Amino acid sequence: MSELEQDKAAAGSVAVADHTAGVRAEARATAPAAPTGGTIVPPWLRWTLTGAAVLVALVLPVNLYPTVAVDIACWALFAVAVDLLLGYTGLMSFGHAAFWGTAAYATGLAAIHWGLPFPLAVLLGALASTVLAVPVGYLAVKRVGIYFAMVTLAFAQMVYYIANQWRSVTQGENGLQRVPRELFGLDLSDEFYFYYAALPIVAGGLWLVWRTVHSPFGRVLVAIRDNPARARALGYPVHRYKLAAFLLSAFTAGLGGGLFAIGHRFVSLDVLHWTTSGKAVIIVVLGGIGTLWGPVVGSAAVTRLEDWLSFAGFEQIGLVTGAIFALTVLIFRRGLWGTLAHWLRRRP
Amino acid sequence: MSPDPPALRAIGLTKEFRGFRAVDGVDLAVAAGSVHALVGPNGAGKTTLFNLLTGFLPQTAGRIEVAGVDVTGLAPEGFAGRGVARSFQITSLFGQLTALEHVELALQSGSSLGWKFWRSAKLMRRYTPRAMELLDMVGLADLAGTTADALAYGRKRALELALALALDPSVLLLDEPTAGMGLEDVDRTVALIAAIRTGRTVVMVEHNMSVVGALADRVTVLQAGKVLVEGPYDEVRADDRVITAYLGEGAVRAAH
Repeated sequence: MSELEQDKAAAGSVAVADHTAGVRAEARATAPAAPTGGTIVPPWLRWTLTGAAVLVALVLPVNLYPTVAVDIACWALFAVAVDLLLGYTGLMSFGHAAFWGTAAYATGLAAIHWGLPFPLAVLLGALASTVLAVPVGYLAVKRVGIYFAMVTLAFAQMVYYIANQWRSVTQGENGLQRVPRELFGLDLSDEFYFYYAALPIVAGGLWLVWRTVHSPFGRVLVAIRDNPARARALGYPVHRYKLAAFLLSAFTAGLGGGLFAIGHRFVSLDVLHWTTSGKAVIIVVLGGIGTLWGPVVGSAAVTRLEDWLSFAGFEQIGLVTGAIFALTVLIFRRGLWGTLAHWLRRRP
Repeated sequence: MSPDPPALRAIGLTKEFRGFRAVDGVDLAVAAGSVHALVGPNGAGKTTLFNLLTGFLPQTAGRIEVAGVDVTGLAPEGFAGRGVARSFQITSLFGQLTALEHVELALQSGSSLGWKFWRSAKLMRRYTPRAMELLDMVGLADLAGTTADALAYGRKRALELALALALDPSVLLLDEPTAGMGLEDVDRTVALIAAIRTGRTVVMVEHNMSVVGALADRVTVLQAGKVLVEGPYDEVRADDRVITAYLGEGAVRAAH
């Protein structure tokens, strides 16, 4: 079956298979509801939350080990990028490590070889990820559901093996060592100060996704998520919209990956490993799919927990995060933030 | 000189699913400005034909023309862009969006605003007045803020119609617009279609014969994927082949 035919058949099946459509509608009705323009959040609540978030972001490295604070910020960007696809476009990417990792390498290389100021290196890294996302996204958005996830995973694995083999550039298993942290001669060797230098980039990335979700474009994405066939019937070229969302997501994930490279002053192959993609998805689900604060909260929870467990000398970190993930999926389908937001919204 | 080309035309349109011909060499010419009904027993290929005529299924063979222009192989959004809008037999909406947001999205689809991820969604308010007009037209003004998932069945059908209308199509394809409706809603829908047909071409799949009788200029009867009879409503209704197709041989003998 040709690609076009498969897609059209998938779209047309809405009208062809009565009961399937019914079951799907039912599934949608019981799935965790992502807020759209239809959900009214009172302005005072929104501003209070934003204010609280800014405050927390500002005092984070005071109360936490600053390296952990930087990690939380990077993973928050990554998870928000994944959620733009998963929660707002209905696309489950299982290969986003490709974009996080490519940006990490590109940023690291730009910083090492060209001595660029780190924000510029990070931006360059994010753009490299966006360029990579063009062919990957182009091929992936023509598939739906599990096939979309498989295509993204396959590409991520390819990128991983290329990075592993291309030792002259990536240093293979040794990784990129001593990535400089240049910013107009400022001394950022202390993680505490680096955190604040990186914060505007994190805020910029989060703002980009917030803006996208609350734009006319974001409204179309939600429509596509809920019913792609109908969106096409209304005249929206669904593939191109999905591709645009994919590029925005890759760019945001790239910002996180680039900062991660500068923050650790080291890039290892781990940044491209499939478990990195998995961790991003886990953070999104744990925090709350289809919310913007959810991935941020999820990132804080997972990063903090991992740090605490490794500090306590606990070896099987994956066992604990995995168990918490399983419990969340079973009991709090909306995730930490999603459950809280749902509870707040239901109160009169 | 020939008069205006048909608003929508199918030539030898065929769709095969793994050897089964759901639509088999259908020729159809829908005159501009007319209401054309497609009827036929279940499984006759009406919905498949609809999906072919709006790009939702690729045809196995044949051609499709819109106002004399070959549009064979166009994607669904391409048909919408050429003024061909459709509603769905199985209600097909965006579960989490409100009725108003649905119609705003439909109104926006022709513009480039939908691409602007860097602008506020508040810009879509430019479509709100027209969207409210359309919702009022189909009797949904009071429910503008309700999400599609929370609408009752008949209201969902009405929203389907408002969405199709929002595209201001020259050709409107309605897939069983009155399916599952109560009598009151059927009357309201018939009146609405009668009102909106001005300046448009309407193609409708419909099982309810009184609706077909009230609205259709011409009727095409499909059976087993082929055109059985085509003609004005009264002629078609009295045709023996049609009575046989619907009710079996005995019914024809009983009728005579």
